[in-house]
Amino acid sequence: MKIEVRYFASLREALGNAESVVLDEATTVGARRDALAARGGRHAEVLGRKRAVRSARNRVMCAESVAVSEGDEIGFFPPVTGG
Amino acid sequence: MGSARVAIQTEDFDASAEIAALRADDGSIGAVAAFVGTVRDRSDGARVASMELEHYPGMTESAIEAMIDKAFARFDIRAARVVHRIGELAAREQIVLVAVASAHRGQAFQACEFLMDYLKTDAPFWKKEATDAGARWVDARVADDAALARWGIEAATVEPSPNHPGAAGSPR
Repeated sequence: MKIEVRYFASLREALGNAESVVLDEATTVGARRDALAARGGRHAEVLGRKRAVRSARNRVMCAESVAVSEGDEIGFFPPVTGG
Repeated sequence: MGSARVAIQTEDFDASAEIAALRADDGSIGAVAAFVGTVRDRSDGARVASMELEHYPGMTESAIEAMIDKAFARFDIRAARVVHRIGELAAREQIVLVAVASAHRGQAFQACEFLMDYLKTDAPFWKKEATDAGARWVDARVADDAALARWGIEAATVEPSPNHPGAAGSPR
């Protein structure tokens, strides 16, 4: 199963715009975040549980309990600051 | 401008022209409430020269459309328009316009504030300030979540999950 992970704002500066990730089993948005953070380095720094990170699945804000499906676009970013 | 309810653009906007267009086709409109957000020239003691507005293309528009749908479901309003700028904005420039039209003022005032509160917590925009103390990402404010909570809506989406107990307690 292949998904696209996209980053924005401070996460984008640390990790780049996007990366393709191949998964061998079903997962959730939160589990995927943890797996990325487990790579260590910058990933751990910006995706770790001490950081406030929000997520979107296929361009809709989502909870971390949401399941990830083949071809999904998962976005990770800091709490929003528009307006 | 046409009848589009949402515009994400680098160009500045003319609030007066936006309001005129908003109410042009509907004679039952008797009230327009409009909010304009602008770039402050100071932040936490530092001088702000400009800020960079980043967004999530493809998500921003649909997220704001969904908010406007909720405003229509909740309030007796006739029309709504949101214009949000992106890219580099100098201090004092306009950032955002929320304009809502209704028959009488009460619903327009309320729906305008509702949309603005919603946008602050759930629309995917991020501000990076260029200050005399260096460039820095603006932190989200807990007060914004509280403002949305007044409407009985919980701010974006981090729900407790049995598999990820940390998710609910993310520090702000």
